[in-house]
Amino acid sequence: MTSAQTDDAFVEFDRVQKSYDGETLVVKDLNLTLPKGEFLTMLGPSGSGKTTCLMMLAGFETATHGDIRLGGKPINNIPPHKRGIGMVFQNYALFPHMTVAENLSFPLEVRKIGKDEREEKVQRALDMVQMGQFGGRRPAQLSGGQQQRIALARALVFEPELVLMDEPLGALDKQLREHMQFEITNLAHDLGLTTVYVTHDQTEALTMSDRVAVFDDGRIQQIAPPDTLYEEPGNSFVAQFIGENNTLEGVVTNMGADSCEVKLDSGDVIDAKPVNVSKAGERTRVSIRPERVEFNRDRLLSDAHTLKAHVKEFIYMGDIFRFRLSVAGNEDFIVKTRNAPDAVRLKAGQEIEIGWLAQDCRALDA
Amino acid sequence: MNDQSMKAAMERGDGPMLAADGTPLKKSLARALRMQKIRALLLVAPLLIFVLLTFLAPIADMLFRSVENQIVSETLPGTTATLDDWEAGEGLPPEPVWRAFYFDLFLAAEAKEHTRLGSRLNYEFTGMSSLFRGAGRGIDDIGEDQAAAIIELDPRWEEGGFWHDLMSGTGDADVRFLDARRDRLERLTGDRYDGDIGFSPGAAVVDLLPLTARAYTDWALYTVLADGDAVIEVTPWEAVPVALFLDLRAADAAAVSGYDGPGRGDLFVAMLAARSSDPIDFRQSFIDLDEDFAIPTIWETIQTYSNRFTPGYFLNAVDLQLTPDGVSARDAGQRIYIVLFQRTMFMSLLITFSCILLGYPVAWILANLPMRVANMLMILVLLPFWTSLLVRTSAWKVMLQQQGVINDTLVWLGLVDDAARLVMINNQFGTIVAMTHILLPFMILPLYSVMQTIPPSYVRAAKSLGATNMTAFWRVYFPQSVPGIGAGSILVFILAIGYYITPEIVGGTKGVFISNRIAYHISASLNWGLGAALGTILLAAVLILYWAYDKVVGIDNVKLGG
Ligand SMILES: Nc1ncnc2c1ncn2[C@@H]1O[C@H](COP(=O)(O)OP(=O)(O)OP(=O)(O)O)[C@@H](O)[C@H]1O
Ligand SMILES: [Mg+2]
Repeated sequence: MTSAQTDDAFVEFDRVQKSYDGETLVVKDLNLTLPKGEFLTMLGPSGSGKTTCLMMLAGFETATHGDIRLGGKPINNIPPHKRGIGMVFQNYALFPHMTVAENLSFPLEVRKIGKDEREEKVQRALDMVQMGQFGGRRPAQLSGGQQQRIALARALVFEPELVLMDEPLGALDKQLREHMQFEITNLAHDLGLTTVYVTHDQTEALTMSDRVAVFDDGRIQQIAPPDTLYEEPGNSFVAQFIGENNTLEGVVTNMGADSCEVKLDSGDVIDAKPVNVSKAGERTRVSIRPERVEFNRDRLLSDAHTLKAHVKEFIYMGDIFRFRLSVAGNEDFIVKTRNAPDAVRLKAGQEIEIGWLAQDCRALDA
Repeated sequence: MNDQSMKAAMERGDGPMLAADGTPLKKSLARALRMQKIRALLLVAPLLIFVLLTFLAPIADMLFRSVENQIVSETLPGTTATLDDWEAGEGLPPEPVWRAFYFDLFLAAEAKEHTRLGSRLNYEFTGMSSLFRGAGRGIDDIGEDQAAAIIELDPRWEEGGFWHDLMSGTGDADVRFLDARRDRLERLTGDRYDGDIGFSPGAAVVDLLPLTARAYTDWALYTVLADGDAVIEVTPWEAVPVALFLDLRAADAAAVSGYDGPGRGDLFVAMLAARSSDPIDFRQSFIDLDEDFAIPTIWETIQTYSNRFTPGYFLNAVDLQLTPDGVSARDAGQRIYIVLFQRTMFMSLLITFSCILLGYPVAWILANLPMRVANMLMILVLLPFWTSLLVRTSAWKVMLQQQGVINDTLVWLGLVDDAARLVMINNQFGTIVAMTHILLPFMILPLYSVMQTIPPSYVRAAKSLGATNMTAFWRVYFPQSVPGIGAGSILVFILAIGYYITPEIVGGTKGVFISNRIAYHISASLNWGLGAALGTILLAAVLILYWAYDKVVGIDNVKLGG
């Protein structure tokens, strides 16, 4: 195996299954390839098996079936302490009876690194997370954000090639979380780390990652870079889960090459882009992002289908306007427009017509 | 200050902050808190009173008993007073001491208090008990001849009424004198000596015949209030004519002839008779009674223990003794307590240690099992609490004895020769085994509750950082479980150091603890003072160890849970 190959598939999950109780599969058929240097986020609702995957990779749980490979070698039989994977735990797991510096020097001590080198590395790691002054403190004497940084520094101090983080920012407030997101991505890129990051915060996933793997029901629903994930969701779960989304249900009536007609349950007909449908007669659920809905007839193609909409609510949010409409039986149809000088402010009770470009409306699985 | 100006003052920020009703804020806060405190105190009051009465009061009583020594001075007040002037090492004490001793012992023997004193002094000098008992029987004979010299002058000396008239005299009664004698008897016997006795000593008689007045009043009080007889119907006991004999010999002849109370003629005749008889030699009389009275140590011991408080019990408890020359070591054969204390400490430590060794893995397993299974197993840990301590200890006797289960099994397996069965009971081994078993739950429970609070992520983190299982355990898990070890050790050690029943049953002579000795002194030898001193030392030792533990490990490092 050449090194180029292992670099492209540094971490590999090959048809991995996991069951805790022998009755239900928590992870069903997981396939994942992670090239060296990539920042991958596992995103999914609670209980979807993200932590379980991470634990299997770290060696604290064994896969019931399938192979996990690290650098081309199967790691099923390598004990956790020999895997050389840095890990940041959800509750940080800083050793409370050791000082910060002792916490950081622990992985170096167990690797039998000399005292001088150890001290130097610890200091460098502390400086790296801007905590150089805090070596002598106990974890309990630090704020949540500071503990988070120390946990990060500890996971990195022994220079692992792979770093796993399980909701490391879950306990922090919004502002600090955003700041730490930025710092973690910067660090990961500067150090060229391969990172597997677990979160159930989609903003975090979108802003930090090279690629995002959306988990549900023990499977990866879609794995793609953030923009693709948002703009081209592969199925209706992903469309719903990532970002805000309007859905309408109906049946495909007219199948074209990159456009089709869908007859909604209300009887209206709309244009859509076929994604998960192949022929006329299939049921589908179409998904349209709120910012792609147009209600200025002039901006639509002349032959575009339009729908009648009833404005139920106008919400002023500063930078954007948000309208809640009642469209084809959907009472929660959201439309967003930028607060531009020429933006129209619709009023509740107004009757309007809306439409969209066919490629912005994706016909997904029902 | 009216409302307006008050408001203004508050707004200006000068003057105290005021509550809505105008009282200073501090005061109304204090009042609100006081109500809360009182309510809380009322809530705990029943327990507080219960604890005070049943726990602290006995401890205080024990502390008091370990130094208390009133029995010598209360039983022999005259003797101890006269002994003050005597220097130990001068041979035997002078005659006044013997005379005072006669009157003290006579009264004590009549009140049957002399044996108690004998037992008390016997702790300090062996033989005192039988000496006092014997002397109590023979004391009536001392001064017999001299008393007879008076009594035989006239049959009236045998009449209660005559004595009553003589001692009452004519003038004022000396009430203070009577009350002093009441006190004396109360202190001697511990009973109340209140109430009318149909007699009060005349002040003139007290002046003229002080010893007689004392002896007669004592007798009168005792006869009326303890025996229920009337003074005029009973002849006084032997000490009274003896006292009269002494008084008449010592009295100024002019004063006796000048006395004009009832019986003055008889008194004068008696004086002549007394002065012509031989004096009473109390010292010789006592030595005739029992030659042990000639041992100076007897008197030195009484002198040494004549104080109301004594360090004697404590000295005894550490194998020292109080002698007239100061503190000295006991004879090698009598030194038992230091060894016993050392053994108690050493074995308690050993028991604590074996509890840690056996309990730690159990607690660890319990803490790492699923809740349901852990609860099941916890019941097994607690099961011993459901059976009586006595049963559990006796079970060990069955297990460990030479014809017991373990020996039988070993012999059957051929590991031990039938002729050389192991001695596993009635020695230290038996005590350690049985007590480790009995105290094990007290180690497991705190360990378990501490281990339960250690999240598994710590060990996982350690492993992910490259630590082997061993390193992860010793450097990460173990230090966090130390508070549990601390709590368990304190519990087990303190329980072990005062344990009594188990060593008593399985310990034999080599495996008993200091507490067995304390129990012996409380219930068998009845030397409560020594028992209390031993108990006090034990209490102090535990407190010191607790303090040392706090200094070394830190008491905040002790967790019984959460
Ligand atoms: N030790 C375990 N024993 C049995 N079942 C478990 C165990 N750990 C997790 N599970 C189950 O496995 C499923 C997936 O759990 P997992 O912790 O991987 O979810 P997650 O995606 O990390 O969720 P979250 O976002 O809430 O952390 C859940 O249904 C959970 O109940
Ligand atoms: Mg999780």
